[in-house]
Amino acid sequence: MKNKINILIIFIFLIFCFTIFYKGLDNPNIYTPKTNDQKNLPIFKVKDFITNTDIDLTKVFAEESYYILNIWASWCVPCRKEHPLLMELNKNKSIKLIGLNYRDNLNNAKKFINELGNPYTQILIDADGTKAVEFGAYGVPETFLIDKNKKIIRKFVGPINKKILKEIESIIK
Amino acid sequence: MKILRIFLIIFVSMSLSQLKSDEKNNELKNKILKNVRCLICQGQSVYDSESDFASSIKLIVNKKINEGISEDQVYKFLRDKYGDWVIYDPELNKNTYILWLLPLLLFLLGGAILAKNLIFKK
Repeated sequence: MKNKINILIIFIFLIFCFTIFYKGLDNPNIYTPKTNDQKNLPIFKVKDFITNTDIDLTKVFAEESYYILNIWASWCVPCRKEHPLLMELNKNKSIKLIGLNYRDNLNNAKKFINELGNPYTQILIDADGTKAVEFGAYGVPETFLIDKNKKIIRKFVGPINKKILKEIESIIK
Repeated sequence: MKILRIFLIIFVSMSLSQLKSDEKNNELKNKILKNVRCLICQGQSVYDSESDFASSIKLIVNKKINEGISEDQVYKFLRDKYGDWVIYDPELNKNTYILWLLPLLLFLLGGAILAKNLIFKK
């Protein structure tokens, strides 16, 4: 009887281990960030792309409107891919697009904008990547949706696509 | 000559204390960076990585330490931005209870079984 109980305990333990490892197989072994955690907009000073002067981030997001913050760079190939979609999103009047130029050469960035068009209301400079860290980003391209209460409500890692564009449009409706 | 000597002593002692403080800050910075995960690399800490992400985190950590912010506050800042996953040594909270307590429970259970068997055998 005692032997049977021991075997049962071992069996239950093995099933427990198997379930945990089996569930773990489905988990990706690379970092997958949480994309819908609501966070407050960080507060810091940042350089403007056109005037090269320091401005408060609160002034950039001053209007009571939805905002998109898009982190981009001229050397980033996926940024080129998503750019036409940003141009399309720019036509929507209920949202403002802010660009954060990430670790880029300013002349190359200007060429990029002249060549592909400027979808942004304002472009900010993040020369050393520290401003992107303040937003919780870890690379380019990355896009944040900011609501009227100045909360980051969605984070899109990688280039945006038509599906994401529809999602953004449905949120800001 | 006496004044010059006093100035020299003050200058040397100030330089030494600055050097010591820089060394202390560097040690703290390296300790923090070794405990921060590079989120875009596989199995590398920010300290070991040369990626853009790691370089930005290194700059931020350096800035925070120079501002006099404590180690725990730096971890809190990074956790706020990237979640618990970014720190190799997770703190005890509702998401990590099992992680911290399961080994202890298993140890106690094993000890109890062992003790019971030994007492029973006697």
